[in-house]
Amino acid sequence: MLFMKGNKQEAKCGFSRQILEILNSTGIEYETFDILEDEEVRQGLKAYSNWPTYPQLYVKGELVGGLDIVKELKENGELLPILKGEN
Amino acid sequence: MLSGQLVVRLFSMASRVCMSRGSAGSGVIGPVEAAIRTKLEQALNPEVLELRNESGGHAVPPGSETHFRVAVVSSRFEGLSPLQRHRLVHAALSEELAGPVHALAIQARTPAQWRENPQLDTSPPCLGGSKKSRT
Repeated sequence: MLFMKGNKQEAKCGFSRQILEILNSTGIEYETFDILEDEEVRQGLKAYSNWPTYPQLYVKGELVGGLDIVKELKENGELLPILKGEN
Repeated sequence: MLSGQLVVRLFSMASRVCMSRGSAGSGVIGPVEAAIRTKLEQALNPEVLELRNESGGHAVPPGSETHFRVAVVSSRFEGLSPLQRHRLVHAALSEELAGPVHALAIQARTPAQWRENPQLDTSPPCLGGSKKSRT
């Protein structure tokens, strides 16, 4: 589940768009939530995950990270197993 | 009288210097940038700390200090996952992140990793955020 600015059809933030591109390149299905549409979720999620910025990627309810971490995971070949929930 | 070519080269050198100063275009280091630098130096004792104020590239007023990119190279990151490394950086900057800073791109590297690729990445262009009008 990706919490981002905008949605799959229209990212409203360059960082959100890059993370979409990376996720799309894996071929794995995922959902998005537009945090610009809901200020309560926008602030609440930051507090819940203790993570101060967006986008935020979750797999099986656990925070994977933001764009920088997802990029690193992809470069190390670790992203796909994580998205599949293999670890 | 300077030749035309020399003027062009001087101008492009000057604008590169202005960009690398890491300000939102004004050439001045603001208080938030100074605080970020100080706190990261204290918390992580970095070998390398590259900090860039990228607010000028986003839909915020001139002189803002809201969007930053940082590369921190520290042996304190050894053995830590990317998530753990980022959390250390967030912890050092909790005040700024609860306040004016709303985007922080982080490259958290060990000294060995940095030697392989000593470069501050570039951020993607702004797409307007909440100010992007609906079509």
